[in-house]
Amino acid sequence: MQKFDICIENTGEHYACADSRSVLEGMEALGKKGIPVGCRQGGCGVCKVQVLEGRFVRRVMSRAHVSAEEESEGCVLSCRIYPSSDLRVNVIGAMKKNVCRPAAASLSPNP
Amino acid sequence: MAMTGVLRPGHAQIRVLDLEESVKWYTDVMGLMPMGRDAQGRAYFKTRSERDHNSVVLRQADEAGIDFFAFKVLDDATLADLERKLQAHGVATERIPAGELMETGERVRFKIPTGHTIELYAQKTAVGNTTGCFDPEVDVIDGPGLRPIRMDHCLLYGGDIDGNVKLFTEVLGFSMVERVKLEDGQTDLAVWLTCSAKAHDIAFVRHAEDGKLHHLSFQMPSWESVLRAADIMSINRVSIDIGPTRHGITQGTTIYFFDPSGNRLETFCGGYDHYPDMQHITWSWEHVGRGIFYHDRKLNDAFLSVVT
Repeated sequence: MQKFDICIENTGEHYACADSRSVLEGMEALGKKGIPVGCRQGGCGVCKVQVLEGRFVRRVMSRAHVSAEEESEGCVLSCRIYPSSDLRVNVIGAMKKNVCRPAAASLSPNP
Repeated sequence: MAMTGVLRPGHAQIRVLDLEESVKWYTDVMGLMPMGRDAQGRAYFKTRSERDHNSVVLRQADEAGIDFFAFKVLDDATLADLERKLQAHGVATERIPAGELMETGERVRFKIPTGHTIELYAQKTAVGNTTGCFDPEVDVIDGPGLRPIRMDHCLLYGGDIDGNVKLFTEVLGFSMVERVKLEDGQTDLAVWLTCSAKAHDIAFVRHAEDGKLHHLSFQMPSWESVLRAADIMSINRVSIDIGPTRHGITQGTTIYFFDPSGNRLETFCGGYDHYPDMQHITWSWEHVGRGIFYHDRKLNDAFLSVVT
């Protein structure tokens, strides 16, 4: 097992991630923050990142969230990539949280 | 209670990103019984206790989510009657031929206002459970995997949940069991509906995108078995969303977790019986956190944002 340094560019957070762990799992296991955590299985898309530098092994992920074009530009779901070198990533994904609230506000007669 | 009309959830077809990995996981970790594959390559499962041939169907696809959710109805006459009532309600229906889904009769397929595909059917081969119909033994819980009792209900996310409520209550004979109101005190954020005497057979949450799956739920026999499920999930490094905990809504104990493609599943136990004469329960926006997760008493980000 090898460990690599993962740098989350947006926040400057660094952590060591084993090559047996996904970049997302490695972050969570050490209580680090920066990448939003969703299903951790390549389906929901909230942990999307762009890899700026470094090599990784990727597993299958939902095309609903990473198109072939995006993938060619280094966009991946961080729950589905395993580092094989140090990595620098930029967080793209977001919890579209409280999706009901804009609807609530627009529907509410007394906001 | 004389049960007629729509009886219960029957089958759900789920999209998975890697079929072989998923078949192994649904067999070994979920503890479902593999029931075969069809010419399209779809894989079929049932729980040990379920008597009909299949309840969970997996289809390989490049994105996760749910293809359709189906209810079994009493008989062929009921199926034809409900088909007419749907059409009279302005819903376009389609007949899927018998056998298109393994060991399953003709299905009446239609789209509901939130964009999900729902099916009704009357026939599915009764292959029996593991203990049989004559002088049965008790089915002991020991054995590999979570081993739920049955595929119990689903929670779907989409825009026009009001249209769904109208269709399910006025056409298909469902009852409202619980609802959560938004800040305005008028608009429903979420509704729980039953076609039987269960606390829920299907539920909906208002959401910006149509056609989404929040979770497919499996019933467990006890709170201890829900805790045992959590241990099995950690042994198998299953991605757990939240729990073990309890819902205020339905009062069921629960774990939300994800299959290998990110589809959220639930193992739950408890809840209460609901009869059509009972007043439904209403939750205010101020107490929604306690309603969804009774112990944390707060809504987590994932509940309203992580779907497939």
